[in-house]
Amino acid sequence: MATSSTSAKKSRWAAGVTPYAEMGYYNPDYEPKATDILCAFRLVPQETVEPIEAAAAVAGESSTATWTVVWTDRLTPHENYQAKCYRVDPVPGSNQYIAYIAYDLDLFEEGSVANLTSSIIGNVFGFKALKSLRLEDMRIPPHYSKTFQGAPHGIVMEREYLNKFGRPLLGATVKPKLGLSAKNYGRVVYEALRGGLDFTKDDENINSQPFMRWRDRYLFCMEAVNRAMAASGEVKGHYLNVTAGTMEDMYERADFAKQLGSVIVMVDLTIGYTAIQSMSHWARRNGVILHLHRAGHGTYTRQKTHGVNFRVIAKWMRLAGVDHIHAGTVVGKLEGDPNAVRGYYNTLRENTLEADPSQGLYFEQDWASLPAVMPVASGGIHAGQMHQLLHYLGEDVVLQFGGGTIGHPDGIAQGATANRVAVETMIQARNDGRDYLNEGPEILDAAARWSPELRKALDVWRDVTFNFESTDVPDAVATLTV
Amino acid sequence: MRVTQGTFSYLPDFGDDEIAGQIRYCMANGWAVSIEHTDDPHPRNSYWEMWGLPMFDVIDPEIAMTEVRTCRRAFPNRYIKVIGYDRKKGRQTTMLSFMVNRPKEEAGFELERTEGPDRQVRYTIRSRRMAAAAQEF
Repeated sequence: MATSSTSAKKSRWAAGVTPYAEMGYYNPDYEPKATDILCAFRLVPQETVEPIEAAAAVAGESSTATWTVVWTDRLTPHENYQAKCYRVDPVPGSNQYIAYIAYDLDLFEEGSVANLTSSIIGNVFGFKALKSLRLEDMRIPPHYSKTFQGAPHGIVMEREYLNKFGRPLLGATVKPKLGLSAKNYGRVVYEALRGGLDFTKDDENINSQPFMRWRDRYLFCMEAVNRAMAASGEVKGHYLNVTAGTMEDMYERADFAKQLGSVIVMVDLTIGYTAIQSMSHWARRNGVILHLHRAGHGTYTRQKTHGVNFRVIAKWMRLAGVDHIHAGTVVGKLEGDPNAVRGYYNTLRENTLEADPSQGLYFEQDWASLPAVMPVASGGIHAGQMHQLLHYLGEDVVLQFGGGTIGHPDGIAQGATANRVAVETMIQARNDGRDYLNEGPEILDAAARWSPELRKALDVWRDVTFNFESTDVPDAVATLTV
Repeated sequence: MRVTQGTFSYLPDFGDDEIAGQIRYCMANGWAVSIEHTDDPHPRNSYWEMWGLPMFDVIDPEIAMTEVRTCRRAFPNRYIKVIGYDRKKGRQTTMLSFMVNRPKEEAGFELERTEGPDRQVRYTIRSRRMAAAAQEF
């Protein structure tokens, strides 16, 4: 980063330090090409650093630049390879700026999320000249997205495979997360599925521990899944977590799950982008739905001024190719402003999106028929919130009630039935044109008059809410009103 | 035993008004309504028999209700479902699918286990109703 003493005008190619903005990394006249990848960064410069120079430095260090002039740039058409910051907007009422940067398509390897992310976030987040930096959004043009396969199945194929239409899918994560033997674990799966859930799920940290090895868990879970299918006449699934220390171990576990007839397996975000892409290809090749648990994302997505916004992770995962991804609940126990969560869900499910500051969407996005990803809502949700869940999250979503199924006072199957009755009665009311968001509690009470399972669930959980301020809210409300 | 396929199988069986309400919703969305019936409710049975073609140009729910009633009279002891289909680009699939008739006695399913090596089990689900029908022949 140029200090003030070295920024006196010198030739672009003279040895030494030249401000990034003067080396072509800032160009307010640049008009992004349809093929460019665009990024919006939220940056807070150090007090002594001009915002434009800070933004140009981000463009420089995430593309061709280093800290000093190098003559070897002249061996290249460097104008092409330089990223260009073309716009810097102050965020009203703060020391933050939004920098818009355009990257030429040639900077990225086709079909590699690892390469895309190494380029964009590989080198700039520890930059001394910035107090903090956050990647807020990216526009990924079809020229690039078409080099990926995307979701191995997508929402439409998954629904046709499961023969389940017109309502959110229901799931539950087996609890307690740790310590159950394989046989006890399968009991929870059986009860939850026969009671009415579509899916049960391993938690992110259920892999293959001393108290329950993966192979034993898979065998008991598939007994449970098949019993529940025979009892209900429905297709059922359990997300068998294949996360492991090496790709070879993951393939071994996934192959075994497939051989046992499981319709779905899962991986954790912690396995890394390349491993996710490999498992995505495996899932498409083998006709197995791929669920992704976003384990660890909160370490870098939650703080407003530093890290990577989840909507960007959602875009990377839509490219990498997963069928399910956890994307927030709005009303549950985990972080998620309603507008921001709507933006994540739309990013995962829609084919084309307009820029919409109210949802934190900085760019338009055309997915060019890349399959839609099913968002998953999990964490502190229960049947008494069904009207809100349907309103905020819509119909193409997996609602996962872990505690809200297994904690039912009469048993796991009864908890599952309560959730299924609640979702079906709410869908019926919505389709009948009722104001289900406002009449939700009455609609649920009416069903609870004939469903003792729902009655008990409402009695236990109805008043449970998690009302905390979000740490991350789109600027738009503030920005649009000033 | 109750086969719980379909969008509303955990609710009490729908009366005609409730069925008509859902058909109205489908038509308001521009979805084609169709009717299918079967003796074999196996979870993997994707192709129930079609009761005529999807009603692409029908916008009057009462016309579809007449078809539902006629189908029920023809097959009072079969599973019958009403389907809403959306041809919209990127969707091109079923949007709603719910039962409007069931056999008086639901026979359910047999779960067959074939034991293999290494504690592995192969599972086969059979419709009891289909098995019984096969024996009659």
